[in-house]
Amino acid sequence: MNAKGTVHKFGDNVDTDVIIPARYLNTASHKELASHCMEDIDKEFVNKVKEGDIMVAEKNFGCGSSREHAPIAIKASGISCVIASTFARIFYRNSINIGLPILECDEAAKDIKDGDVVSVNYDTGVITNETTGKTYQAEPFPEFIQNIIQKGGLINSILE
Amino acid sequence: MGMTMSQKILAAHAGLDEVKAGQLINAELDMVLGNDVTSPVAINVFEENGATAVFDNTKIAMIMDHFTPNKDIKAATLVKQTRTFANKYDIKNFMDVGMMGIEHALLPEKGLVGPGCLCIGADSHTCTYGALGAFSTGVGSTDMAAGMISGKAWFKVPSAVKFNLTGKPQGYVSGKDVILHIIGKIGVDGALYKSMEFCGDGVKYLNIDDRLCIANMAIEAGAKNGIFPVDDITREYCNGRYQGTPVEYTADEDAEYDEEYTIDLSKIRPTVAFPHLPENTKTVDEIADGEVKIDQCVIGSCTNGRISDLRAAAEIFKGKHIAKGVRCIVIPGTQKIWLQAMHEGLFDIFVEAGAVVSTPTCGPCLGGHMGILAAGEKAVSTTNRNFVGRMGHVDSEVYLASPAVAAASAVAGFITDPDKV
Repeated sequence: MNAKGTVHKFGDNVDTDVIIPARYLNTASHKELASHCMEDIDKEFVNKVKEGDIMVAEKNFGCGSSREHAPIAIKASGISCVIASTFARIFYRNSINIGLPILECDEAAKDIKDGDVVSVNYDTGVITNETTGKTYQAEPFPEFIQNIIQKGGLINSILE
Repeated sequence: MGMTMSQKILAAHAGLDEVKAGQLINAELDMVLGNDVTSPVAINVFEENGATAVFDNTKIAMIMDHFTPNKDIKAATLVKQTRTFANKYDIKNFMDVGMMGIEHALLPEKGLVGPGCLCIGADSHTCTYGALGAFSTGVGSTDMAAGMISGKAWFKVPSAVKFNLTGKPQGYVSGKDVILHIIGKIGVDGALYKSMEFCGDGVKYLNIDDRLCIANMAIEAGAKNGIFPVDDITREYCNGRYQGTPVEYTADEDAEYDEEYTIDLSKIRPTVAFPHLPENTKTVDEIADGEVKIDQCVIGSCTNGRISDLRAAAEIFKGKHIAKGVRCIVIPGTQKIWLQAMHEGLFDIFVEAGAVVSTPTCGPCLGGHMGILAAGEKAVSTTNRNFVGRMGHVDSEVYLASPAVAAASAVAGFITDPDKV
């Protein structure tokens, strides 16, 4: 499985309150949540993002609230994959559980710039910056987590 | 090699004699928690996947606290969905308006969590219960759904950072100042994926409310959980209250820690976190009078809405009046705390000082309702996060502080040292 898309770049400590502000948590509709994704940090994000685009950020991405609405909003906005130096732990867990691919790679997260075109090979963890030609190796998922992803998320893996 | 307190609780619930940091385990849960924002998402996952039964209707808590009493039609619809589910599956600890309180004030108070228990909650501040010697951690709604179905959750066993607390806090210094001081020192990802284990001679000077406040904000340092050892203060609080069987775990002498810090509580000063991260801390001595003028003061939340927090605020407000132009909102954490505060005469003090007293709700802490900020406004708040737009407009600002500092600042009209009012 692979992803390829244009990068939307963010910095350190992007919190779940800016990914999806609490004033919109009175709905569980994926589409409605997506329409406010990243609104408090980049008002134009929802107009710019295209299906398959990639989000890149630096350290502690997704810190703060446990709201699963955050990875849901990102996924429903069309983002195919998030690459960061590090993820906050609840966001990391939620992304795996809902099937939003995420990759930890500090070097890629720091190098890749807004607007670059990037491709990702999920099987190998290789990230390629198509704009500059540079490649990076992300941390592979532990087998236990790969199993959850292969079964299509946490619920499928426990209902077996 | 020895285990930390957190590792021992995880091992016991996974049916293992020993676990190591980094190991992936499946563990049995004693409590699965959700609120009015996260439960509906979990219920959707539960129903869309064809689940037809919960693992144990006494080990699930659904607390309607974030946007309740319902702030709008959409919030009312989410609560209605949760109420319908709770009725259908006879969820014993479904708490609606009239019974509910802020979840992390309510669960310890009702004895639904206690020493040695393993709890997950679809709310990041679930880490609060570590104050009682429990392993508790925030998860998402899909984890909540999986927990409700199977009674289990997967965990990556965390490594730990040890905080050796020494000395006795002085003057107005409370648990909030201790945790803000620590987050200021280690940063908002200073304990990422790890346990924060608090120990040392200084622990005995922290009452249960201080400990709940400290463990509550472990997540603001990125931690998986925060945990205190069980002592006489914990036993006195849990005795006759905790509905489970308490089990006390102590860290092995040869337990391994990634890092160790010694925190001298006697040296900590009242501390404030400036926008827009809890790590941007300054002591009150570093803030000039009039430097940060405030429009609003919030005293409450899962961090600081307990009885000793309200008493600390009332002590400052007694015989004084809130500054002109400042709105002050006091939010007791639970119905029981509300009644206790009323009987102690604290409401007279708050109202005479010009504050309002609200029903329990998370409300303004996350910009939900009951005190939203306009563009350009500043609030001093006893809550736990000061992210961009957290309490309202994206151009508003939140300064995190203890109840004493918040109350003193409301009286002064600007952020100040409680000793000065």
